[in-house]
Amino acid sequence: MEIKKPAIAGTVESSDCLVSVEPGDGKIDFSLESSVANQFGHQIRKVTFETLERLGVDNVKISIVDKGALDCTIKARIEGAVYRSADQYKDLPWGGAIQ
Amino acid sequence: MINAVGRDIPEEILKQTGKEVFQGSHHFDGAEVRTESHHIKIRNDGGSKVLPSIHDALVKCGIHDGMTLSFHHHFRNGDRVLNMVIEECHNMGIRNLTIAASSMGPQNDPIVPYLDDGTITNIRSSGVRGKIGKAISEGHLQGLAIMASHGGRVRAIKSGEVKIDIAFIGAPTADDYGNLGANGGRADCGVLSYAAPDALHAEKVVAITDTLVPFPNFPQQIKGIYVDYVVAVDSIGDPTKIASGAAKPTTDQRKLLMAKYCSDFVAASPYFKEGFTYQTGVGGASIASTKFLADEMRNRNIHMALGIGGMAKPMCDLLNEGLIRELVDTQDFDLEAVRSVAENPHHHFIMAGEYASPLTKESYVNRLDIVILGALEVDTHFNVNVVVGSDGYITGAQGGHPDTACGAKCTIIIAPIMQGRIPTICDDCTTVTTPGEDVDVVVTDYGIAINPKRQDLIEAMKDTDLPITTIEHLRDIAYSITGKPEKVQFEDRVVGIIEARDGTIMDVVRQVKPFSLED
Repeated sequence: MEIKKPAIAGTVESSDCLVSVEPGDGKIDFSLESSVANQFGHQIRKVTFETLERLGVDNVKISIVDKGALDCTIKARIEGAVYRSADQYKDLPWGGAIQ
Repeated sequence: MINAVGRDIPEEILKQTGKEVFQGSHHFDGAEVRTESHHIKIRNDGGSKVLPSIHDALVKCGIHDGMTLSFHHHFRNGDRVLNMVIEECHNMGIRNLTIAASSMGPQNDPIVPYLDDGTITNIRSSGVRGKIGKAISEGHLQGLAIMASHGGRVRAIKSGEVKIDIAFIGAPTADDYGNLGANGGRADCGVLSYAAPDALHAEKVVAITDTLVPFPNFPQQIKGIYVDYVVAVDSIGDPTKIASGAAKPTTDQRKLLMAKYCSDFVAASPYFKEGFTYQTGVGGASIASTKFLADEMRNRNIHMALGIGGMAKPMCDLLNEGLIRELVDTQDFDLEAVRSVAENPHHHFIMAGEYASPLTKESYVNRLDIVILGALEVDTHFNVNVVVGSDGYITGAQGGHPDTACGAKCTIIIAPIMQGRIPTICDDCTTVTTPGEDVDVVVTDYGIAINPKRQDLIEAMKDTDLPITTIEHLRDIAYSITGKPEKVQFEDRVVGIIEARDGTIMDVVRQVKPFSLED
C-alpha cells in the first residue's frame, strides 16, 4: 500500500496509542515514545513492522506515542492510520491484510 | 552477596553502609539490642519556647553542614513544613544534609533542585513519590536514598543507626511549652504517630505550627517535655490536600470483583471469628472488600476487636456501627477519620513504634489476624514490590507493608493481574520490598493464589467455590495478554537501598538507563 497523505489514528489515553503516518523517503522510518518502552519497546517495534509488512507498506514515516496499549490495539491503530492515509474507507480487507 | 530473597547485594554497598544482607524476617527474633538515646540541654527557666522564625530555630539548634533533619508526612500532599525548612537551610548556605522523613511525595517537588546543588545529599524515607523519586532514580542525589518501612524507621532511630540532629514536627496546634495536638487547628491531620520517635530520640526538637494556643494544650499527642522550641508560621499545610488519600467508593467492576474474592476468602478463613483483628489499605479494592466483609460480619454476628493502621471513613463507620470495638490509628486519609480520632473515645492515637517497630517488646502488627495490602508487582516467589515501578523509577513507599505482612497471621495482597500493559504478577519483581515468606495469599481479578507454604489455607479453601489457582498460572495469564516484558536496563550505580525492617538490605535500586531501541 502507498501512504498518500499524513494520517493519524488512536489517542493518548491510558492503554491506547496514537499512530501517525506520512509518506516516507523510500523506507520505513519508525519512531516510538512509550510509557512502557523499557519493558515493551522492542515488542512494539516488532508488531509495527509485522503489521506494516502485512499491509504491504514499505515507504512510510511512522511515529507512535504509546500509553501502554496491548499489541492488538497497536495493530488496529496502525491499520486505521494506514487506510486513512490511503483514503480507503470501504471494502476493507477484514481477515486479510487487516487481522 | 545473595540474600534470603535471592537478590545480589554489592559488596561495596555492604561496606559503605556497614549493613548485612537480609537473612529472613525472623532472623533477629529473640536478639538483645541496646537502644541509644540523645543529649538533653537542661532547661529550668519556665519561659516560653516560642521563637520568631524557622531561621532562629535553625540557629538556636546549631545548624551546620552534614546534619540530619527529620520530618513527618501526616500532612501528606498538603505538607509545607519540609519544604520551608529545607528552603531556609538552602538560603543559609547549609550543605550535605540528610533528610530523615517518614515519607515524601509530590508535595516535595520544589526541593528537587537542592539535590543537584548539594544541599541535600542523603535521604531516608519510607519511599519517595513524585519528582524526587524520579530525580533519585536518574542519579541526582549524591549519596543514597535508604527506604525503610514505618516500623523499620523507628528501629533505625531507636537503635541509634539514624541520629536525628533536629526534628521538625509540623503540629496542627501547639502551646508555648511545646504540647502538640493533631486536631483543633487549621491543618488538622488527626494523629502525629510518625513524629513520635523523632520527638523521643532527636537531639533537638522543633515544633512548627500555624495555630498557637494558650498553655496548656490538651489533648496533646506529643508532650512539651520533648520539645525544645516552637515556631509559629502562616501555614503548615493545605487542609484540602491533607485528607485526600482515600479512594472514593469504586464502581470499577474489576476492583469490585477482586474485593468480593478477597472478602469471601477472609470469611472462609479460620481467622474470621469473633474478636478478630484487621488492617486494610485505602485503595478502591481494599475499601470495597472492607464493605463486603462488613456484610458478612452482620450476617454471622462477628465483631472485630481491633482495627489497626491508617484509617479512612469505612473503618470509622464500622466503629460507629459497633462492628469494631477499638481502632488504633497511625494515619488519617480523610476528614471523617480525622474527626473520628478527635471525637470517638474508641478511636485511639498510637505512636509509630507501638504500631510496627521490630525493636519493641512486640508491636501491634504482631497481633494482626488479617492484613489486606496492595502491590505494584508480585512475583512467582510471592515477593512483593511497592516502591519501584516496573519502569525502574522509584515511585512508591514501603509504608507499613513489610511490617504488617511480617506480623499478620494471614497476609493478603490484592492487585489486578495487569495495570495498563504492565503485568502485576511476574517472574521476578523489579525490586523486592516485602519477602515472599511473609505473603500468604494473592487475590487478583483472574483468581487467587495461595502461597504453597500455607497448606492449611489451601486446605481451608478446598470446599469453597473461590477461583483458587497457582501464582504461576496467574503470571501465565498476565503474560498471555501483555506479552512477556523485557528486563529493565539499569546503570551500575546504586542510588537507593530497600532496607528490611530489621535494618538489613532487602534489595538495592540502581540508576535508570535511558531507553533506546537496539538495531
